Amino acid sequence: MSSNNTLLEEKSKAARKSLLKVVHHAGAGHIGGPLSAIDVLTALYFKEMNVEPTNPYKVDRDRFVLSKGHSAIGLYAVLAEKGYLDQKELYTFDSLDSRLQGHPDMKILPGIEMSTGSLGQGISAAVGMALGAKVQDQSFRTYCMIGDGESQEGQVWEAAFIASKYELDNLVVILDYNKLQQYGWVGTNTERAVPNDLVEEKWESFGWNVIRIDGHSFEDILEGFRQAKLVKQKPTILIADTVKGKGISFMENNYLWHSRIPTDEELSLALKELDESGDL
Amino acid sequence: MQASQLKTASMRDSFSETLYQLAVNDPRVFVLDGDLATSTKIEKVAKECPQKFLQMGIAEQNMLSVAAGLATTGLQPWAVTFAAFMSKRALDQIQVQIAQPKLNVKMIGAYSGLLTGVTGKTHQALEDIAIFRSLANMTVLAPADSVETAKMMEWANQYDGPVYIRLARDNYPILFDDSYVFKPNKGVVLNEGTDLTIISTGTATSRALEAAKILKQNNISSAVVHLPSIKPIDQELIIEMAVKTKAIVTVEEHSIYGGLGGAIAEILAANAPTPIEFVGVKDRNSESASNEALLEKYEISTKYIVEAGQRVNLRKNSDFN
Repeated sequence: MSSNNTLLEEKSKAARKSLLKVVHHAGAGHIGGPLSAIDVLTALYFKEMNVEPTNPYKVDRDRFVLSKGHSAIGLYAVLAEKGYLDQKELYTFDSLDSRLQGHPDMKILPGIEMSTGSLGQGISAAVGMALGAKVQDQSFRTYCMIGDGESQEGQVWEAAFIASKYELDNLVVILDYNKLQQYGWVGTNTERAVPNDLVEEKWESFGWNVIRIDGHSFEDILEGFRQAKLVKQKPTILIADTVKGKGISFMENNYLWHSRIPTDEELSLALKELDESGDL
Repeated sequence: MQASQLKTASMRDSFSETLYQLAVNDPRVFVLDGDLATSTKIEKVAKECPQKFLQMGIAEQNMLSVAAGLATTGLQPWAVTFAAFMSKRALDQIQVQIAQPKLNVKMIGAYSGLLTGVTGKTHQALEDIAIFRSLANMTVLAPADSVETAKMMEWANQYDGPVYIRLARDNYPILFDDSYVFKPNKGVVLNEGTDLTIISTGTATSRALEAAKILKQNNISSAVVHLPSIKPIDQELIIEMAVKTKAIVTVEEHSIYGGLGGAIAEILAANAPTPIEFVGVKDRNSESASNEALLEKYEISTKYIVEAGQRVNLRKNSDFN
């Protein structure tokens, strides 16, 4: 990673630590998916998007929709780093009356642009936002992250068709392509793997500008965003190759960490890997 | 008022003209079509105000989620498809992205009920009232005629929040004149009566009025209350009429489960227990046929309202009502 991206590296590391501690504290939540998503989320909020935590509803803000809503804790951790909420509030995650619902709720937490959690829906809402910008001649851009397991939902492809039909070049979808899903395909050689072959060809055939990136390289991610802006009359998808559980050696590429809760010892080990004293 | 002698008019034409006017005059209004513009008649918007018409293709789930996204940018989308697809195919999208966040999306369920132009089971909607009224934040409306359709739409357009409007395909007697004012939580007493009250919604109201006339000839005096708004519902009027006439018949072109009849039973059981007869489609699947044949076979024609009135009138005077 380039040293130009020191801030991003610091922020994503801090967000990784937070989300691990919060899931451990809450005894609930997902880990693998948020860890694969966190670098892209960090790049969005700390470099790419025009957003102000102190003015979260300003009209010309860029929009982000987390279509894979079960990675909510990853988004909350990044929003906390950015200043939308206190670090302390992260520890209310999943509890009664918390603004940090198990899946994002747009009505109670500024910074959340769309309620998501039922897979396949967020990308369509992002299409609506980008279309809303077009028909009102507004300049904001809309970003949306989808999952590879989520792409089994037919609605994703309904959205892909309409985004292309309306030439939404103000829309960037990021596919968090970590290649693992919760339970998967028992009896096959690669039981937990997402059968998402020909993913580039699929999106190309729907009329999208397709860019393949390393979803853990800030250089790559930012270059993908830059290139997306150069293409007109087509929406862009960044197919981000990522690693489920990225950053913690014993969680990486291990489907068990889709939604497992770390023990005290596992949390301690994980934090040490992120250069933090493992004292709880 | 005698429905059979009244002039009829197309609810679809009124809907189409009103939506066109809203699209032309309100910069926030955009019309989303699920490729049914000729059936629903929103082709008028497509032809005469194309910049306000967004074709979403045959993909209702995406259409409703896109509508949610549009609403977050300050627009007021009117999503239009058949009631069957709106209420069932796109239900999760509506619940998660429109109802719960209370977004400003207007949902038109065209071709509701049983009389959908010989289309049969897939295109009839007998559950939409039950489904929509169980969603928090949702307003559920069903006009009786073309005039009320327009008034209701104008109200919905200035209301900030999600609204479901259940429309019918065919022509219906005109019950209201231009002076009519639609209020979302108000029922309308269309006929005074002392023996029982028929409470109806949507286009079933014209049949309720005919039934009241026939009951009158049989010396049963029936009040007729039209409820254009199933949610919010005019609880006060329902209780008042139950206390006054001590017998209720509910009438709807909908399943007897969870719709208007269910809503009224919930209110009366808690506030003023009263004998009720439910006229609606019983626990069965429907089919394609002429309107007349369907009304008879599925026991929701005027004749069945009359019989329900006679039954409830006997019940209220018996010891075991």
